[in-house]
Amino acid sequence: MRRRAPDEAVTPRRLGRARFLLALLGVALLGMVAGCSGAGALGGEAGAQTVTVAIVSNPQMEDAIKLAPQFEAENPGIRLRFVSLSENEARAKITASVATGGGEFDAVMISNYETPQWAQNGWLTDLQPMVDATPGYDAADFVPSVRNSLSYQGHMYAVPFYGESSFLMYRTDLFAQAGLTMPANPTWQQVADMAARLTDKSKGKAGICLRGKPGWGEMMAPFNTVVNTFGGRWYDPQWNAQLTSPQFEQASQFYVDLVRNYGEPGAAQAGFSECGTQFGQGNAAMWYDATSAAGTVENPDESTVVGRVGFAPAPVVATPSSGWLYTWSLAIPKTSPRKDATWKFMSWMTSKQYMQRVGTQLGWTSLPPGSRLSTYQIPQYQQAAAAFGPTVLNAIQSANPQQPTVQPVPYQGVQFLRIPEFQDLGTRVSQQLSAAIAGQKTVRQALEQSQEYASTVGESYQ
Amino acid sequence: MAATIEDAPTTSAPARTEGPRRPSRVGPVLLTTLTWIVAIGFFFPVLWMVLTAFKSENAAYTDPPTLIFSPTLEQFRAVFDAGIGPYLANSLGATAISTALVLVLATPAAFALSLRPVEKTQDVLFFFISTKMLPVVAAIVPIYVVVNEIRALDNIWTLVVLYTAMNLPIAVWMMRSFFLEVPTELLEAASIDGASLGRTLREVVLPIISPGIFATALICVIFAWNEFFFAVNLTAANAGTVPVFLVGFITSEGLYWARLSAAATLAALPVVLAGWFAQNKLVQGLSFGAVK
Repeated sequence: MRRRAPDEAVTPRRLGRARFLLALLGVALLGMVAGCSGAGALGGEAGAQTVTVAIVSNPQMEDAIKLAPQFEAENPGIRLRFVSLSENEARAKITASVATGGGEFDAVMISNYETPQWAQNGWLTDLQPMVDATPGYDAADFVPSVRNSLSYQGHMYAVPFYGESSFLMYRTDLFAQAGLTMPANPTWQQVADMAARLTDKSKGKAGICLRGKPGWGEMMAPFNTVVNTFGGRWYDPQWNAQLTSPQFEQASQFYVDLVRNYGEPGAAQAGFSECGTQFGQGNAAMWYDATSAAGTVENPDESTVVGRVGFAPAPVVATPSSGWLYTWSLAIPKTSPRKDATWKFMSWMTSKQYMQRVGTQLGWTSLPPGSRLSTYQIPQYQQAAAAFGPTVLNAIQSANPQQPTVQPVPYQGVQFLRIPEFQDLGTRVSQQLSAAIAGQKTVRQALEQSQEYASTVGESYQ
Repeated sequence: MAATIEDAPTTSAPARTEGPRRPSRVGPVLLTTLTWIVAIGFFFPVLWMVLTAFKSENAAYTDPPTLIFSPTLEQFRAVFDAGIGPYLANSLGATAISTALVLVLATPAAFALSLRPVEKTQDVLFFFISTKMLPVVAAIVPIYVVVNEIRALDNIWTLVVLYTAMNLPIAVWMMRSFFLEVPTELLEAASIDGASLGRTLREVVLPIISPGIFATALICVIFAWNEFFFAVNLTAANAGTVPVFLVGFITSEGLYWARLSAAATLAALPVVLAGWFAQNKLVQGLSFGAVK
């Protein structure tokens, strides 16, 4: 590289550049002073009463954002702003904001995992008075199991936007070819036998897709339902960890063997999205996952198996049902100074009329499922969701978070334990099991390590 | 694919007549091949992202992946419909202002630490770099609490201050190495001619190290533009930046890969353009300073 000669240094052109740089900095500083008087945003707008809503990005929420201008038109004094984040970021962000009283949000989207805990901590506004005072809102229409999971001491602290359970999806065409029939209430052993017959590794076809990706909201969800129905439990009523009990070990061994022998390739890193892709592209004969997947597999834009999918209840062993219960719902943090305006929007988004609005404007398959019983009475929805609607509602109604397994337990929740420590504990245990799926350790080794984690948490409750 | 690329330079290498020198061609050819493989390895994900941005969601999910598809601008339309505008404005603002502040503060600091070393220069330099040793995640809780206490959450000026603080140590170190390259004779000459300190800095030193300033500015722009952690934790509806907007397209339910790719392509564009415009200056700057 050529070094500049000293006499080249000070030239008019270079002087000009230095001045330009100074001018640029001047403009930046000027902008800073001018901008300080604003609302802290660049390019934002000011409104009369702005309600800020934190949501988890997924198709139903996107629809709500699309329809929000209609709410603003009907309620001229209220403007809406949405912060849409992926599930993990949203959860971390909303938790931090609500727990510290950050006050950035007027409404937050949380689940039945957080709602009762946060209500107990005094972080959320009691919605019951507003629910009762809103004519035509009809809270009795919410699916009872969903409504209960969002209540604390009989009062609702969040209102459900949609609800889901888990079920088994299977390819009717592949079943017919193989001469198989899906039982009305399949057991896990039957599922394993059918998966064995439908697996064709030479053609890259998996018998069943199951999540193996670490994360308390990823593989831990379907895995926990298997543990429950095998009769396993995380703790006995005295909070002694039970992860090395025979039932827990049997369930773990079954899950790991099933996914290793007949599951999708790269199972240790496959979550909901990866399984959705595999099943939607026709590479798996069965898929056990969230009922919300029905929308994806029946959508021609995202799936190549539309019309060739059957839906069966979550497989069982020792319990009458084993589907999980999950709901994304809206709550108002205690810190919000705009509770009335926020409730106006929340009640709009979770009302019966909203369902009609979505159906007529965006299509009946786009309805947020699982929140209201009346949704399943709408003739157009009955027709659009004929293949899966009744199975979904049934699964949500029969989920039992109070008594998830055979033996008594000191916690609530089906696919999670509703204690604050479970986010960390569940993720750690799932990492162990994911390693077992990847073949890096045995199930017994994974469970022995997991038992230590669980014991530490259990001791804090004893 | 890799195989064809590997073969290409070997077959196209001209045959040489000088026997004894022949083996020396193998090294460069191997090196070139390796460079190509590494370059393609780095570039391929970016290419795939751009290609996916022009696909429909269904085409983005085909297995095995396909290179032939009918391109669509639908995903870009969806990204614009989702309201990328305010996020772009916030990112541009936070990046431009923090970079300007960093340059204003780092230039005199680097000058003092190189050409006019003050007492305990080494300690000062070490202090600067030590601020980068703590992972951001370890500091986020106190930062969040402080920002919350002063009611500055979701405010773009909070990000400006943090990005300035974040980039300042790197900028001081980088610019110091550029300043060290300036011949001291030049400063002595300016001093003999009666130039003041300010004038020497403005008219003698800065023009010489201008490539270094451009290089430093570009690094600061890239870091500030891509910063995610502070942005996601400290902003909400008002001050969100582009990386935060991108995360909204990652969903655990539903398929959004094509849309995410379109959003990511748009987000990368300003930095690519900035890098492209500054390319000459940057290359000059990089080879001039300590980051050779």
